Amino acid sequence: MAGAKKRPSKTRDNLVYALVWAACFAPIVWLAWKGFNGDLGANPIEKLIRQLGVWGLRLLLVGLAITPAARILKMPRLVRFRRTIGLFAFSYILLHLASYIGVDLFFDWGQLWKDILKRPFITLGMLGFVLLIPLAVTSTNGWVIRMGRAVWSRLHRLIYLIVPLGVVHYYLLVKADHRPPLIYGAVFVLLMAWRVWEARRQAASRQP
Amino acid sequence: MLIRHAADLTDNDVTDQGLYLKRRTLMAGLAGAGLFGAASEAQAGLSFTKGFSTQEKATSKEDITTYNNFYEFGVDKGDPAENSGKFKPRPWTVRIDGACEAPRTVGIEDLIGGNKLEERIYRMRCVEGWSMVIPWVGFPLKDLIASVKPTSKAKYVAFETVMRPSEMPGQGWNTLDWPYREGLRIDEAMHPLTLMAVGLYGDVLPNQNGAPLRLVVPWKYGFKGIKSIVRISLMEKQPVTSWNKLAAREYGFFANVNPAVDHPRWSQASERRIGEFRRRETLPFNGYGEWVGDLYRGMDLKRFY
Repeated sequence: MAGAKKRPSKTRDNLVYALVWAACFAPIVWLAWKGFNGDLGANPIEKLIRQLGVWGLRLLLVGLAITPAARILKMPRLVRFRRTIGLFAFSYILLHLASYIGVDLFFDWGQLWKDILKRPFITLGMLGFVLLIPLAVTSTNGWVIRMGRAVWSRLHRLIYLIVPLGVVHYYLLVKADHRPPLIYGAVFVLLMAWRVWEARRQAASRQP
Repeated sequence: MLIRHAADLTDNDVTDQGLYLKRRTLMAGLAGAGLFGAASEAQAGLSFTKGFSTQEKATSKEDITTYNNFYEFGVDKGDPAENSGKFKPRPWTVRIDGACEAPRTVGIEDLIGGNKLEERIYRMRCVEGWSMVIPWVGFPLKDLIASVKPTSKAKYVAFETVMRPSEMPGQGWNTLDWPYREGLRIDEAMHPLTLMAVGLYGDVLPNQNGAPLRLVVPWKYGFKGIKSIVRISLMEKQPVTSWNKLAAREYGFFANVNPAVDHPRWSQASERRIGEFRRRETLPFNGYGEWVGDLYRGMDLKRFY
């Protein structure tokens, strides 16, 4: 191997960041554009809420895929996008919840409370959202330092619980065709399986 | 509003002054929805009289024909409009048999020509929590059933949708156990509000809405309204129905619209009328309790949901 790796250029770095941001913004821009043109179908409110939720879940899975992708593709710097994607996922889920409360229920807090208590799919979805809050709050470098890397990492393992909550939340509201939530569930299982396999492999390689 | 039984009608009824005036009011209310353009187009349209209708504003034809649950063409609401182009609703025959003296097979053109068609503007409440107001054209199911002379053993009516996987891509997936089946108790089937629809907005029924012949039971959740019917059988026992078979706890045989009985996974207390922003309260029997409440007198509607 010839010499040390070259530092990637600043311009290229910024360009890649811009692309990731654009990709994360694309669904909301697309939804806003369709909504503006009255193109969200006969039931635009339901469509908006569902799409925001689905994109939140997709971004959570993309976030979970970054570590395996970085290792497998030997591109360690991919990891720097985890925070961006995680925060975008949180934003979509926040909008998903806000549109359910503000547009669908029209701030009927009594009904919201009943929904949370009575509808398992809403109970689980709400739980997932609440668990996401500390992860979003502690996403800054400052919090990583304050908490210490080890504690911070342990807290952020909550995501392994939050994503399946999201998948089950989706599964429970489907009437008959369970293929879409099952596909997301399968992706999650695959990403977790890689983690288990990787942990075992590392443990084995540490043995003398 | 009076429900006139077809047998009571004479030619005089057509020009009855009171009825005429009532109709004028109805027409004035509906003129904005562009209903008459459709009715006067002799070629494509159907000829019909105005029947029992709500005064509420009809949902747009665009929404009624692009937002459908018709799993035979796919599970997304937009799928039926997109995937039903290959479906051939003509020629078409319907077999009517079972507990009756005169079983028969009848062609769709004979059904349309042989029955007095009426426009009926009904509310439609989907079990998913949304609703529409739909101007159907059709004839009472009771006329069709009477034509085969049911015997005393006819306690229920079973309906079956056509099975055509080559034209209905959704039938390639086992989302439901095809063909789609529905059923009614005989008194529900013989109720004058129960309609066999052959048209929508004055025209023949579009494929995505259940062409060429579908059931409309306005006080029940929309899934009872079985589409593209090929068989109607009079039965002694309660027939198996598709959604009930898939999830009996969630979809009952009766499936009467009832804000007091929630779906296990969501509330049925309110609904979103397509085209409106705020949810509105759901009415017992979808607002048709005055006419159909007697059918269920003494029944525990929480148990027989």
